[in-house]
Amino acid sequence: MKRRDFLKGCMICGTAATLGVSKKSWGAGSFEGYPEGMGVLVDLTKCVGCRSCEAACNKEQKLPEPDRPFTDPSVFEEKRRPTERALTVVNRYDTKNENGSAGGPVYRKIQCNHCNEPACLTSCFVNAYTKTKEGAVVYNPKICVGCRNCMIACPFNVPGYSYSSAFNPVVKKCIFCYDTRLKFGKPPACVEICPQEVLTFGHRKDLLKIANERIKETPDRYVDHVFGEKEVGGTSWLYLSGKPFEQVGFDTTIGNDPIISNVKEFLGTVPMVLAIWPALFTGFHLLSTRNKDHGDHGHDHEKKEEGKQ
Amino acid sequence: MNRYAREGVETVNALYKKDGKTRWSIMDKLLLGLTPQQYMAQLIRNPFNWILAVIFAVGLPIIAGRFLFGLSWVTHSSCDYPWGLFLGFGLFGMVPLSSSGFQLGTTVEVFGRHDFEPIERLALLNGLLGYFFAVCFLMVDLGQPWRLPYPMVVAFGPAAVLFLVAWHVATYLSVQIAEVSCSFFEWIGFPMGKRGVRRITLGLTVAGIILSTLHQGALGALFTYAPGKVHPLWYSASFQWLHFFVSSIPGGLCMVIVVSTIARKTMAWRCDDNFCNNLDKLTVALAKGASMGLATYLTIKLISVAHDNKWEYLATGWGAWYIVEMLIGVILPLIIFAYSIRRDKVGLVRFGAVLVVVGTVLNRMNTAMFTFNWKLAEREIPHWREIVICITIYSIYITVYRFILNRLPILYQWNTADEAVPEFSRSGMNLAADKPSPAPAGTYCSSVGEPASGTAGSPVTE
Repeated sequence: MKRRDFLKGCMICGTAATLGVSKKSWGAGSFEGYPEGMGVLVDLTKCVGCRSCEAACNKEQKLPEPDRPFTDPSVFEEKRRPTERALTVVNRYDTKNENGSAGGPVYRKIQCNHCNEPACLTSCFVNAYTKTKEGAVVYNPKICVGCRNCMIACPFNVPGYSYSSAFNPVVKKCIFCYDTRLKFGKPPACVEICPQEVLTFGHRKDLLKIANERIKETPDRYVDHVFGEKEVGGTSWLYLSGKPFEQVGFDTTIGNDPIISNVKEFLGTVPMVLAIWPALFTGFHLLSTRNKDHGDHGHDHEKKEEGKQ
Repeated sequence: MNRYAREGVETVNALYKKDGKTRWSIMDKLLLGLTPQQYMAQLIRNPFNWILAVIFAVGLPIIAGRFLFGLSWVTHSSCDYPWGLFLGFGLFGMVPLSSSGFQLGTTVEVFGRHDFEPIERLALLNGLLGYFFAVCFLMVDLGQPWRLPYPMVVAFGPAAVLFLVAWHVATYLSVQIAEVSCSFFEWIGFPMGKRGVRRITLGLTVAGIILSTLHQGALGALFTYAPGKVHPLWYSASFQWLHFFVSSIPGGLCMVIVVSTIARKTMAWRCDDNFCNNLDKLTVALAKGASMGLATYLTIKLISVAHDNKWEYLATGWGAWYIVEMLIGVILPLIIFAYSIRRDKVGLVRFGAVLVVVGTVLNRMNTAMFTFNWKLAEREIPHWREIVICITIYSIYITVYRFILNRLPILYQWNTADEAVPEFSRSGMNLAADKPSPAPAGTYCSSVGEPASGTAGSPVTE
């Protein structure tokens, strides 16, 4: 190998390494949420399961008519999840007291929690999701390819997909009423309609204070935990509960690390492979074919310009 | 076709017919040197074609239906189970079995082990087709497949693992097309193209290693987005990509063993002596490689269980299923290989290879489907149409595979391998003399009781 070719090879490897680093390292670094981000505090001790939030959401987001009317309590028989036809649902959970006696029903509203570091956003290969400075996680249906990786990634099982559409299937999830309300500083439709003041809209950091004050003032009423303060890196929607969170349908095993931190170990190997492999394997080639008749192919050793990407 | 070969019908294996003067026309090449009547007759005679015809008759309308009526018409994919058989089987199952391309490319081109050459092209083709049809499965599964190029041109999500997969699979597909194009150029009679590709072979091969390492791993890393959904025994933040990458190594090698076995049985007329005589030896050699891969895989699987201290899960029902998977795909084949390689029992090696292929696919389907959402009560059962589509696409895969193997010089060597100046010397083989190959193309001889030898006939020189 001539010296010039060696230098050329070095430069190619170097470029590959830098390209690799600059492209992938976006996944690194942690993000605590925008300082002025808004949020909603859900106080489960106040919810009576009237489902008016579901109705308001349906109207605001122009969703299809539900199978059963919003006044029908029979939907509580099963545990529902948000789908493409209902961006928010209310479930009923039968709880137990510490002594084992029935603790009465608890109603819980489920919708997108608008994570600070959303798993859907980081898993999307066309960047269809955006975390706005107001705190909402919004979705761009115009570029979505439909791989549904976001649905795999979401730790709260929120996004729904309109499988029934043949030509324009899209992901449907709560967008915090971003287009019609949040952008203009207004609370989302569900918050506005709630008759029981279960939902409090405000700056996320203020809501955390309010939540902790409530726990402090009436410690008997609440579990000493604000769900969403730290879970998967923090969420814009926060929950207070009177019963242990796992009893009312929360997955308390999801941990406090954003989902992307699980993926970083792999992302970290990418630049390494891009940088080391070309040199390593061309090295192997030179070693193993040294002094050997390598004739019949007539490919000479300096042609390795493809090794860069 | 084997019957025609026995009857001594001349088949295409060089640019010129046996008389050394007339060129095979494209039509001749497509029809394998048969007359249209003969070609049709052998098509109809083969019962496998009838099975394929039935599959296509049922399957193709259903595939059309998927694009007309939407995914909900063909799948049970729900909001909880976004990925069904198309990805679980089609994408995640086929990609690891296609790692053969880069491995044999590396063995031959990088490590200079030219004794593997008789099977190199089959491995490359196996890689190319596996990837191509994995992408086909993906196209069926994507909500809006016409937007597939978006991550390349419209919008970029560079922090996403899938972004990396998309780019790497796309790049790797082109690399593989270039690698396989060698045979195509020979077949079509365009030596310039072949020489051009040969010149960048080393680069292509090294690029193949990089891209394969990364995207085989990346397919595993896709599941690190779902730490709470994939069962802990199949999940490991640190090892997931290694598991997928390492298991793809025996997977790909064993797939080559399986495919070569099938080809040797069903396309005996197309396999030349160079292929047939070396196959047993190479099968054992491939199995040796696969054993090393399996041993490594077993080790890192155990390490990952120990690393996250997941031993207790082994005692559950999921654990039993995990052990079954490891038994079928790893431990049993390891024992079989250890026994049969030493005693040179090639048949047993091939059986072990089938187990590895099954085990690899089972592992991917377990990760993507069977154990996914293990905390949820209800499991998703695929819709019958989903299964039919999978079978159909797989049948198309087999058909294309067969179509190419029948024609391109994959299982046999092109008779005038390096006709630099075909116009000058018609005397044939001798002009390859300036570039001797390890097993010269002129070694055709009607030896052995193989039907294949009749096809090749005697070299043109005689």
